[in-house]
Amino acid sequence: MNKISIQNLNLFYGSFQALKSLSMDFQENEITALIGPSGCGKSTLLKSLNRMNDLVSSCKITGQVLLDNEDIYGTMNVNLLRKRVGMVFQKPNPFPMSIYDNIAFGPRTYGIRAKMRLDDIVEKALTSAAIWDETRDRLKKSALSLSGGQQQRLCLARALAVAPEVLLMDEPTSALDPISTLKIEELLNALKRDYTIIIVTHNMQQAARISDKTAFFLIDEMIEYGSADQIFSLPKDKRTEDYITGRFG
Amino acid sequence: MELETQRMDCLTLLLKMVMRLATSIAMLTVIYLVGYILVKGIPNLSLSLFVWEYNSDNVSLMPALINTVYLTTLSLLLAAPLGIFAAIYLAEYARRGNKTVQMIRLAAETLAGIPSIVYGLFGMIFFVVTLKWGYSLLAGGFTLAIMILPLIMRTAEEALISVPDAYREGAFALGAGRLRTVFKIVLPAAAPGILSGVILAVGRIAGETAALIFTAGTLAKVPQTPMDSARTLSVHMYTLSSEGLHMEAAYATAVVLIVLVAIINGLSTLAARKLTGGFHE
Repeated sequence: MNKISIQNLNLFYGSFQALKSLSMDFQENEITALIGPSGCGKSTLLKSLNRMNDLVSSCKITGQVLLDNEDIYGTMNVNLLRKRVGMVFQKPNPFPMSIYDNIAFGPRTYGIRAKMRLDDIVEKALTSAAIWDETRDRLKKSALSLSGGQQQRLCLARALAVAPEVLLMDEPTSALDPISTLKIEELLNALKRDYTIIIVTHNMQQAARISDKTAFFLIDEMIEYGSADQIFSLPKDKRTEDYITGRFG
Repeated sequence: MELETQRMDCLTLLLKMVMRLATSIAMLTVIYLVGYILVKGIPNLSLSLFVWEYNSDNVSLMPALINTVYLTTLSLLLAAPLGIFAAIYLAEYARRGNKTVQMIRLAAETLAGIPSIVYGLFGMIFFVVTLKWGYSLLAGGFTLAIMILPLIMRTAEEALISVPDAYREGAFALGAGRLRTVFKIVLPAAAPGILSGVILAVGRIAGETAALIFTAGTLAKVPQTPMDSARTLSVHMYTLSSEGLHMEAAYATAVVLIVLVAIINGLSTLAARKLTGGFHE
């Protein structure tokens, strides 16, 4: 089933066009990877799915992005949209507060105050992000005392704590070591049962390992979009083939 | 090549020495100054200096001490919320590069550089004369509040701007609105920087004389109402030393002033640590 459907999306930063008449669908409970060289609009596309682009004042958008058939650029409340469409950033960005408060920040935003409920949400979120065992004894400690890989899993847990439907991930492992990367990848595989995951990555092997569908972007448009198996074994477009075989990029 | 590296070594050595020298001079100046005051002042500290009622025999600093606390509190209560909220608007709400914002910034910078005597004259003409408040704690407090407002505003804005955008993005991405993001995430992260501005302001209030003589007057009494004249420790010191009759008492007053400022700074730092939960660094 289509979770998100993009129809004829054009995106401008001032007079520069970052995305050109893009149409694509994202399937529920699948991992979709967006690949392509730097500056091809992958991250821009990701940010337009939870309207983080709103923060850039020169950004203009035409076209439609439908979440469960509702236009997110229409009358939808942007804060509620971001509750439904969570995001994990390239660099781990835990807040300078305790591990517990980091996770509880989201739920508290939506009015959950009862200690019992928060405790429960925090434990579930940390467990889903496979970091509960490492943090259960130090929940009151600063989140900044964690290692980079732990911080990124904490950020994932923080995103999960508000019970989103879609998870956007902007190169979530590019700042991590191989072992932490592997942990995140295993997590994503487990999480796709409950979430729709869209991930931007520069790591071709990663896209091949974890994604169900892969989209290849070049400059300002999508060149090819299909199942990961097909893209990585039988790409239809010459440019896709050149890119995934490492001839440029 | 050999010669080149030798020259580099010489230069490194020279620079190191210059830096050491500069640091030593800076440190020695402070140590000498504080030491001189302590040596001169501590032997002159006597119980009679802390008598509740001032007269020209005991030259008690008690009223001045209490007035300093009153005046500092009053000025901070007026200026700190105003300055911090203005900074929040400038840093978090106003569009970056907005013309009005640049004007406000320029005005604040200019105001921060104006000598305090100018504030004193303004305070006298406006609060003391025009508003008919007379020489009073209130007129002094308002004048000093205007004086420290740009300082607090500028440092608070700098502190807010230096909070990484990643924190804001993280909060927005969880669906938090701007208000919640600013008050729960950005402001606590900026608290230490904002506080250092407030501490600087406390120093300027505690050290002010000229502006206060024109607005709060020099009456050495604990004020009954905010409309009473009140001298602070600095003004007290100035009066004692300018009369030339009580130099020992002036040194003793300086010791008390230094200790008072140190205590206020310590308390504020402690408060900030409580506020942020000590999660920075």
